[in-house]
Formats: sequence, C-alpha cells, structure tokens
Amino acid sequence: MTDSAILDAFFEECEDLLVALSDGLEDMREGRADGETVNAVFRAVHSIKGAAGAFSLDDLVGFAHTFETVLDEVRSDKLETDDELLRVLQRAGDILANLVDAARDDIPADRDQVDPVIAELQSFLGAEDLVEEEFVFEALSLSFDGDDSGARFVVHFRPGQEFYATGNDPALFIAALQALGPCEISVETSDLPEDFTGFTWNDGYLTWQVTVADQQNDLAIRDVFQFAEDLCDLQITEAHVDEPAPAIDIGLPDVVPTVDLTPVEPAPASDAPADTPAKTEKPAKRAASTLRVDPERVDRLINAVGELIINQSVISQRIDEAELPNSAELYGDLDDYKLLAREIQEGVMAIRAQPVKPLFQRMLRIGREAADATGKDVNLITEGEATEVDKIVVERLADPLTHMIRNAIDHGIETPEDRAATDKPQTGTLRLTASQRSGSIVIEIIDDGAGLNRKRIREIAINKGLITEDAALSEQEIDHLLFAPGFSTASVVTNLSGRGVGMDVVKTAITALGGRIAISSVAGQGTTFSITLPLTLAVMDGMIIHIGGQTMVVPIASILETIRPSPADIAEIGLSNHLLRIRGEYVPIIDLASRLGVTPNATSLTDRVLLLLQTESVSQCALAVDDILDQRQVVVKSMQGSYGEISGISGATILGDGKIALIIDPDAISAVPASEVNAQRKAQNEVSHATR
Amino acid sequence: MQQDDDPRSEKQMEFVTLVAGGQSFCIEITQIREIRRWSPVTLLPHSPAYVLGVINLRGAVIPILDLAAKLGFSTITPTERHVIIITAIEERIVGLLVESVSEILGAQTDMVRETPKTEEDATTRAVDGIIPVGDNMIKIINLDALLQSSLATAA
Repeated sequence: MTDSAILDAFFEECEDLLVALSDGLEDMREGRADGETVNAVFRAVHSIKGAAGAFSLDDLVGFAHTFETVLDEVRSDKLETDDELLRVLQRAGDILANLVDAARDDIPADRDQVDPVIAELQSFLGAEDLVEEEFVFEALSLSFDGDDSGARFVVHFRPGQEFYATGNDPALFIAALQALGPCEISVETSDLPEDFTGFTWNDGYLTWQVTVADQQNDLAIRDVFQFAEDLCDLQITEAHVDEPAPAIDIGLPDVVPTVDLTPVEPAPASDAPADTPAKTEKPAKRAASTLRVDPERVDRLINAVGELIINQSVISQRIDEAELPNSAELYGDLDDYKLLAREIQEGVMAIRAQPVKPLFQRMLRIGREAADATGKDVNLITEGEATEVDKIVVERLADPLTHMIRNAIDHGIETPEDRAATDKPQTGTLRLTASQRSGSIVIEIIDDGAGLNRKRIREIAINKGLITEDAALSEQEIDHLLFAPGFSTASVVTNLSGRGVGMDVVKTAITALGGRIAISSVAGQGTTFSITLPLTLAVMDGMIIHIGGQTMVVPIASILETIRPSPADIAEIGLSNHLLRIRGEYVPIIDLASRLGVTPNATSLTDRVLLLLQTESVSQCALAVDDILDQRQVVVKSMQGSYGEISGISGATILGDGKIALIIDPDAISAVPASEVNAQRKAQNEVSHATR
Repeated sequence: MQQDDDPRSEKQMEFVTLVAGGQSFCIEITQIREIRRWSPVTLLPHSPAYVLGVINLRGAVIPILDLAAKLGFSTITPTERHVIIITAIEERIVGLLVESVSEILGAQTDMVRETPKTEEDATTRAVDGIIPVGDNMIKIINLDALLQSSLATAA
C-alpha cells in the first residue's frame, strides 16, 4: 500500500466512524442512550484521533483530543448530560466531520469555526483536565482501539475426535489467540476419566477456556477457528468489562490443570450466557460489517451483465425468428433465462446501491451550520435514511442537496421574530426525506417557511431579462424561473447561498443523473422540492417504437398510456399543431418525426400511435410515433463520451439484432420550442439534400 | 520512450494510407483500432452533414464520421466497398468512413516534412505533416485536430 492508499483507507474508515458518532449523538439526544452508546461515541472520536495522529493531521488531532476528553468525562459520569452539553457535543461532531473533510481535501481548517467550539468544550472541563498532557499516539491504530476500550472475549474450546483425527493441534490455535492480544488461559480436565479404563486414545477430553482481551469484535477470533469450527465445540462470548476474568490461571497452556474446580457440565455452554450480558448487542454490530471493493471491479461486472441482457434479447429474437415447432418448453426456458438475467442484473446493481444515510447526515451538518450562520431556529429531520441509491447518484447528489438545504434555510425559513409574528412555532422545520416509489427514488426537501415569493421572483426575472414585463405566467411557470440560469433571489448576497451558482446548477446536476426536480409551494406554509431519480443508471424499461424507419426507445417511466386515436380524438389548432382530446382534456400532440427531422411512415395522425407522456416541461403531451414494437429492458449506453449531447436524445441502447436504437428524452423532446425545431429540420433537410 | 530521447536514432513510424475525397492521407497506425467494411449506421437527429450516425462495435456505441466531408470535400455515398477506420485516441473511439485503404507505410521521422503554409481550410487544419512517396504526397491526419473541431460543434 502506498501512503496515499493508506490515507484513503483512513478517510474511508473516518466516514464509518463519523456515521457511528452521529448515530450515537443522535441516540443521546433522543434519550435512547446507555453506557455503550457513550462508549461508542468515545471510541469513534478516539479512533479518528489515533489514526489522524499517525498522519500528523494536527488540527484534527487537537480537536479530537478536546472532544474526547469531554466525552471521557461524560462516560465516567463526571459530567451531567444536559441539553447544553448535548448541543455542544453535536456541534463538535459537526466540526470533527468538517475537519476530516478539510484534511481530505488538504485545505487548512477554518479556525474561526473550530476555536469557539474548542472553547465551549473546554468550558465543561474542570481545571485539572485542562492541563493537557502531551499526547502520544501509537503509530497505527487504524483498526484497533486503545487498551481502554477493547472488549474481552471468552473462548470455550473443546476439540472433538474429528479435530484430532484431521491433524489439528490445540496448541497452535491457542498460540494464534495469544497473537491477537493478551490472553488468560485455563484448561478444564473434569471430563478426563477417573481411571484409564474408559479412556479412548483419540478422543478429546480437555476443554480450554481462553479469555482474549483488547478485541474490537470477535471476528479475528472466529477467523482463528475458521476451518476448525465444525470439528470442535466452540463458544465465543463477550465478557462483560466490569467482571473479572472467569478463569484465574494466568499461566500458559502447560499450566497444571485445575482439576478440583469440577463443575460437572461437560460442555461449558450452560455458563456461557451467564457472564455475557452484552451478548445481545453483538449480532447487530456484526451485521454492519461491510465489504470494501474496488468500484472498478463492480463496474466491470455491471458491463458484463449489460452484455448478458443484450445477449439474452439477441437469443430471444433468434428463437422467435427460427419459428421452431413444439417450442413451448423452449419458451419456458427462455423466460427463466430472462428472469435470471434480470435477477443477476438487480443483484449487481444492489452492490452499487448505498443507503443515503451518510449523505443525509452530511446534509444535517450543513443544515445546522446554515441555521447557526443565519441565526434561525431550525429543527432538521431526516426520513428514509435506509433508502438505497446507486453510489454515483449518492456522490453526485451531495452538491445539489447542499445548495438546496442552504437555500431552504437561508431563503425559505423565516427568522424566529418573523415566525412569531405569523403565529408559527418559533422553530422552523426542515425535512429531508427519501423514499422509493415504483422504480424511482424520490428525495424531498420540505420546509415550513414563507413559501416562494412569486411576485419577487417575477420582478427579478424581469430585471434580469429572463421574461418580458407583460409575460403571462402560471404559478408553476414562475416557480420554474428559479431554475433559469443566473437567477438568485437573495437581495443581499449572504455567505451561505448566492455564491453565483443558482438553482440552475442544481437542475443540471439532477438532469445529468436522469432525474427530475419539481417545486410546490404554498404561501405562508412552505416549499417542497422533490427530486425524482431513476433507481439505476444503467438499465431501464423501455418501449421500443418505430419512427420514420428507425427504431427508438421511449422510457416506460414517463409513459402514462398508449392510444390509437380515432379522428374524433384529434383537434386541429392552427396549420400544423394538433391536440388530443382525452377524457375531456386537451393535450398537445408532438410529432416525434418532425422533432427528430425524419420522415414518418404514415402521414395521418390516426394511422399512428400516440404515447401519452408525463413530462416536467409540459405536464402532459402525446408523442406521435409510427408503431410500437415491444416493451423490454434496455441497457443504457451513454454517447456523450464519444459524440456529445444530442437534443432530445438521452442515450442509446443495443437491440437484440445488434442494431443501435436511440433513447428518447421525453422532457427534452417536449420542451424544444416548435419554431426552433423547424429551423433545425430545414437545415437538416438542406444538408441531406445536398449531400446524400 | 528512449528512442524519443535519443536524437541520433530516427524513430520508425508506421502509417495506414487511405484515400478520402480523391486525395491520399494517412493515419498513424497506433491510433487505429481496426478497419471494417461499411455497414449501415443508426442515424442521429440534428447532426452535421459529416456525421453519418452510430454503429454498435461489440457493445459500444461509436460515432461514424465521413472523413471526406469532414475535410471539406463532398460527402461519400457509402457502399459495400467503402471502409470504416476505427480510431482511438485515449478513451475516445471514432470511426472514419473513407473511400479506400491502400497500404501500411513505414517512414523514418526525418521523412516527414512540415506542411507548407497555405490558406487555411478544413483539410490543412487537420493535417500536420506530409510524407513524399515517389511522385505521390501523403498527408498525415492529426486526429486530435480533426476531432476537436468536429465533435465540439456537434455536441
């Protein structure tokens, strides 16, 4: 491992530790804490400090030390955990996370932020604590905690006949345990026959009890017995910290057997639970164990699965074309293949999926900072933290969410005085929720602030020349002006938002992830931003259509229904525009062929199929296509790397016959103003006339 | 690597020579992935005239450009006899439709002459050096320069 790789590992570990820290502090605040919670919080800070010391991250170490000292006082009940202390601890947790971020980005820490919190922490400490001893760190405490926080595990180990028969030697196992940490070892000989008449030479009569101290968990111990677990009676239990070691002999394995202890139980199982009150907690901790995998390996796997799905559709198509007799069974098998391929694909995608929890916690931190900076009283709530999203989505959501959270606090939620004046509770509420709804992830940012000031938005848009003074806009259209480039409503540029990047950047980021963003706002009651994201980026369900001799794909997610219109359903408006009458509503019809500059097969709309789309730009529209061929899962291939963006096209996929089909972007296709498209089409036609 | 550093040894380079717009060009062999026969492409909407469309190259979506049109000649009407040269620069893979591919040309670096200064057009912008071969003169195509102007505007 290179230095930077070790450093990377450190920061990855910090992520986990910060989550543990944040969880613990949350529990303490909610009053769900017990002694172990405080210990966990302490351990997290201590581990960060220890490892940071190894990398000479002095700012981080100094802060973590003060933080840890206060936590130590809490742990030893010298400090009362009141609201004030909890507030400061929470703040300290945020600062610690910021310092970790700063260290990772290799930028100096913001002393203005850090120093007041250090001072606050120190105010909780008595005079004697302030005499800081020069702290010394073990060179690498990456994976183990210090002596004070390690747990002890009691291993009852009784090798059976099989164990010896396969050539195992108990001494080697005990030596391996000793290598893990300080051990207390005793041997139980009560099972030995009184005389040797009943003695079987190759049977196991001895039970060893080894107490291993200084362990973070029992994984290392289980590793020792990995291959022998089935060959012997093995019990590994965590010893309660306060209890003395159950075995007394401090000697080595060759010590004289303590025969006269003789509890008659042959297996030590019965007394094991008695001295392990902490045991119930263990499974939860083990469940959290994770696997760190190089993302590139996962990406390779995903690519291979993508090819598998394409291959599956190739085979389906071939079999269809072959028109084999008696193929019912074959089709059954083919369906199984399809299901399996889908299952594998979902499984592989799940590897990349990550809970939004760390992201949300980071947002909470940012929210608290923003509330502090603006002097607003905000209660931040997160929901659906366990919702899983593709790793890339989690990473790329961080910036837009940061921006939106800051906006919500800076512009959305009113000052305590203003709130009091409008009979609202003084504390504002900002909720950040994630949920999964039929194939999409929905993330909402809900504030109970003043709502959008549409009059002000309008004025600004006019001032900035985004709209004309007499433009008649619906409320929804005014709300959408927020996403226009160069729009920022704060009349005073605060240091929170208004840094020149506006909501348009947020929108661009969300769109790049294949998602959508919507606003709803009620004056005086608050604003909700909802972001809808696809579950995965690589595969989607698509409707395969024909248009002008080409095969294309429309994402099923945006199709509401498909209609074969009768002449009565179609109304004309002007020379070339048509409306579809559906259940008493009129919906604009968009001719996909003209949008893409191709010639449709059928000229009359009634000979074509209409796809009723739900889009963000026009709430509903009907897309006219030549025909619908199929509905299937397609693998999305980006074209931006090799070609660049094409208006109205979000990507491409490879069909069963190996041909490429372009994937329509319903939002973009419905948003392009018709006049511009016509101009483009004209240019396109001229070019093709001249050249082909 | 070392050859580059050593001024005494001339670097042996290899080029694939081709015909586009009736003139001879060549592309350095290390930038060429493979050469394929023309096969129908999927058209792209709103694309410039020199972009023919995209093809499926073993699971990857590759844009195909008409090299002649790109260099300012009239477009090629692709038939079975035309050839696509798949080029790769770094991560970017692009196919170029040409009229024909002739041979592999070995050349020492000192055989490459600078392009004489002429009025700038689509061809001269994309050519960075010429190799005289007998009575013929083969122009070296700089793919970077060629694609930079094309795909940026296409995007």
